[in-house]
Amino acid sequence: MSAGDWLTGSDAAFDRRRKLKGAVFAGACGAATLVGVVSLGVLLVDVIIDGIASLDWRFVTALPSRFPERAGIKVALAGSVWILVLTALISFPLSVAAAIYLEEYANRGWVSKTIQTNIANLAGVPSIVYGILGLALFVRGLGLGRSVLSGALTLSLLIMPVIIIAAQEAIRAVPPTIREAAYGLGATRWQVVSRQVLPMALPGILTGTILALSRAVGETAPLIMVGAVGFIAFTPEGPMSPFTVLPLQIYQWVSRPQDEFRAIAAAGIIVLLLLLLSMNAVAIVLRNRYSSKT
Amino acid sequence: MAPTERTDGSEDLGATGRDPVAPTVVSGLGFQRTKNVQERIIGGVLFSCAAISTLVTVGVVVVLLRESLIFFSNVPVWEFLTGTRWQPAFTPQRFGVLPLLAGSVMVAVGSAIIALPLGLMTAIFLSEYAGQRLRGILKPVLEILAGIPTVVYGYFALTFITPLLRQFVPETDVFNAAAASIVVGIMIIPTVSSLSEDALRAVPRALREGAYGLGATKLEVSTKVVVPAALSGVFASFILAVSRAIGETMAVTIAAGNLPNLTLNPLESIQTMTAYIVSVSLGDTPQGTVAYQTLFAVGMTLFIITLGMNILSQWVLSRFREEYQ
Repeated sequence: MSAGDWLTGSDAAFDRRRKLKGAVFAGACGAATLVGVVSLGVLLVDVIIDGIASLDWRFVTALPSRFPERAGIKVALAGSVWILVLTALISFPLSVAAAIYLEEYANRGWVSKTIQTNIANLAGVPSIVYGILGLALFVRGLGLGRSVLSGALTLSLLIMPVIIIAAQEAIRAVPPTIREAAYGLGATRWQVVSRQVLPMALPGILTGTILALSRAVGETAPLIMVGAVGFIAFTPEGPMSPFTVLPLQIYQWVSRPQDEFRAIAAAGIIVLLLLLLSMNAVAIVLRNRYSSKT
Repeated sequence: MAPTERTDGSEDLGATGRDPVAPTVVSGLGFQRTKNVQERIIGGVLFSCAAISTLVTVGVVVVLLRESLIFFSNVPVWEFLTGTRWQPAFTPQRFGVLPLLAGSVMVAVGSAIIALPLGLMTAIFLSEYAGQRLRGILKPVLEILAGIPTVVYGYFALTFITPLLRQFVPETDVFNAAAASIVVGIMIIPTVSSLSEDALRAVPRALREGAYGLGATKLEVSTKVVVPAALSGVFASFILAVSRAIGETMAVTIAAGNLPNLTLNPLESIQTMTAYIVSVSLGDTPQGTVAYQTLFAVGMTLFIITLGMNILSQWVLSRFREEYQ
């Protein structure tokens, strides 16, 4: 008697139906995955078609203008670079220190548990709420005004939870045997952390930091709150200068009804995406080098 | 230090006068003491950095509460929560938050309808169907999707999705909730798919193999074994994604409009809580005016809703987690 004989006709049909259902489901899941991929493709193509004609060297180096054909992104690009550098200088040391404390120094008591839960919750707070905090605390409270520094401080608070969580993961991935060997040789805790743990965790920490910074570079809403709006005619000269950034310049062009402004908004988006893409590329290179070593 | 006896750098370190494992033979007592002081200072500095995050939360709550309390001394809480008209700029002023809240909820629901099923199916595909190589291509693409700035999504909604909608339904407003919901939905697919996929992949192989052994098809294994086993993680990802949609600002500001409008029609122009906050800060609103205070009252509402959802998501994750050995 062969294996299939005991199947009656309806059982065989039932089996076929199950197989068919399975194939339909597999196809549906594949199609669902494609929705995300295709959306990304359509978005990129749409932006490139709209903006490529306006994108040239003059556009990148020209000062802002009320006339779309003369307007450029020099001031916004410089503002974004200022924000990027200042935010990195503020958020990186603070976040890494916090991660070292939580992973290497803290006992597992309620204090560190509270800090940890709090960091997880902060990572989910909408960016515009950080903007409100920045407005009340830095712009008004500390009297820093509508300056690059206010913007960088606000964005630092925004991305610190992200960097802390990434740095903690990188530190946790350092094998405990390394620490034990160093302690066994009589190293103090700080010597273990600074000479063994940190160098090994650094590529992972840097990857997380760059990804968080690229989020900061793409942020718009919190910077509107701290007042990086309006017509800024010159590149920032220092941390206390007024400023605007690329995403904000794009927003201001998008909100005009004329098609000419839409076109230069798209050109601005291309520059912004190229900036983010190169930051991500650096992060990916770091990650690959790191994972091949261990 | 043995890994078991972690001490709290802020207080315990050097409480006995010396680090238990520090060398004592060659260095001498003076050197030892310098080292201990140094260690304590470092521990203290690191602790302060970690404590900053707590200060940020306190700062947010204090800032929001202080101005909101002034606002609520002028406008009764009840009127704020139940009023159906929001017109702070005209006389008579009306401060009913419901139109803004409804705008946020409409975008959140619309984007959830798109992102939750698509995100979960993407997660199932990546975890159960796709091979190693396909995953290696698809995951970075979804990461890029998650990394696109929201102002770009706003541009896409306004210049691509809305014209597309207007081809099918010509009476669609230039600014409308539907286009905003669609882009926010696309934007939060990666949130759902990556967190859900982590949960699905954490389901042990043995469960799948047991079901296959009983003759189940891949569909039955996926939908009747793996997804139920990972349900807490999947739900947590849903809640987080919806919370992100409520907090989303630029895409809805650009695409959904700036008209507080209590409506159920997604083709009309609306205003969300986040878009209102942006519109106030774009104008010149002097400190001390009621309009300035509304910023904080609406911000407070937004903060409470999103924080509540994040806490709920963590609670679901810990309360309903299935533990597998």
